Amino acid sequence: MADKPRIKLPKEAAKGDVIQIKTLVSHVMESGQRKDAQGKAIPRKIINKFACEFNGKPLFACALEPAISANPYIQFNAKVDEAGTFKFSWTDDDGTVITAEEKIALKA
Amino acid sequence: MTSRYVGLFAVAAAAIVLTGAGISAQEAERKGIPAPPGHVFKTIISGYEFRSKETRALQDDDLENPGFLAVERAADAWKKVEGSEGKSCASCHGEAETTMKGVGAAMPKWDDRLKKPVNLEQRINICRTEKMKAEPWAFKSQALTDMTAFVRFQSRGMPVAVKTDGPMSPWFERGKQIYYTRVGQLDLACASCHERNNGKFMRADFLSQGQTNGFPTYRLRDQRLVPLHERFEGCMFDVRAEPYKPLSDEFLALEVYVAWRGIGLPVETPSVRN
Repeated sequence: MADKPRIKLPKEAAKGDVIQIKTLVSHVMESGQRKDAQGKAIPRKIINKFACEFNGKPLFACALEPAISANPYIQFNAKVDEAGTFKFSWTDDDGTVITAEEKIALKA
Repeated sequence: MTSRYVGLFAVAAAAIVLTGAGISAQEAERKGIPAPPGHVFKTIISGYEFRSKETRALQDDDLENPGFLAVERAADAWKKVEGSEGKSCASCHGEAETTMKGVGAAMPKWDDRLKKPVNLEQRINICRTEKMKAEPWAFKSQALTDMTAFVRFQSRGMPVAVKTDGPMSPWFERGKQIYYTRVGQLDLACASCHERNNGKFMRADFLSQGQTNGFPTYRLRDQRLVPLHERFEGCMFDVRAEPYKPLSDEFLALEVYVAWRGIGLPVETPSVRN
């Protein structure tokens, strides 16, 4: 069960503004290096890719590695030239993708 | 040759002065609240003040604070119908924002029917088994810790207001006795670290006053919320003692007593700690 990701960005911005986007997603980020009580390796399960699109155009993306803590927090900036929708996606090792959307309006 | 040594000494002396100044500046920064008369501390200080500024920043921002993932999960669980009675928490308690306000700050609370104090985890499970006729949640389970954090979060900013008089007083005394009893191979009592040596370094970390106002707390070490009794267990394990069982009478008495040691501190759940 994936929880809803937490995202924070302004509801509206003036044209040309640089806004800050904060994201936090719930995930175990199991590194694959640990062993369970029986000594068997716990299989790796991490979010290996995060991507953000704005109106269908790639805006920001990054690869995540096993050393990143559980519940990865990612913060980045974006310049806003038009109103539109941010689409966020977190891709898990097993192929599942957690997605979220946020809209932004231009200040009149 | 001599001048080089003089230089070295000067550097060493400067370093000592600097570290000295650094520590006292940090101590001066630690804000607490004045303790009531007859309390063990002059100033009651939250564990928050002992943490690094990065950890504090993580707690201060409600979006960055990973404890809120749990609070949000439990907000959904609050409305989820479970058990044969067809009830959810909300069926009886309505909106948690109003009905649960202040509840977490006053826990553990005396239960007249059970003739003992119960803490938040136990109260939630009593509700589940008796009112909802649902399976109780296991201690340390994500569901129980999430709900505990969610209920306690409704009291965030309110002062810890545990009652220790009347029928609670034998429990308070029992907790106090446990607090001051040395245990384990390292032969340490709670008081050895958290009363006599708080604010000092233990290995690479500051010892806090051992306050409970932030629990369940998101521990960076565990990367999840940790309930209070698990922390108690951890402390006892660290002094190489045989820990009491979570939700046992011993830990409950200790919870009552330690809550009193932090009386008046604002509830910080979900807090972020090392």
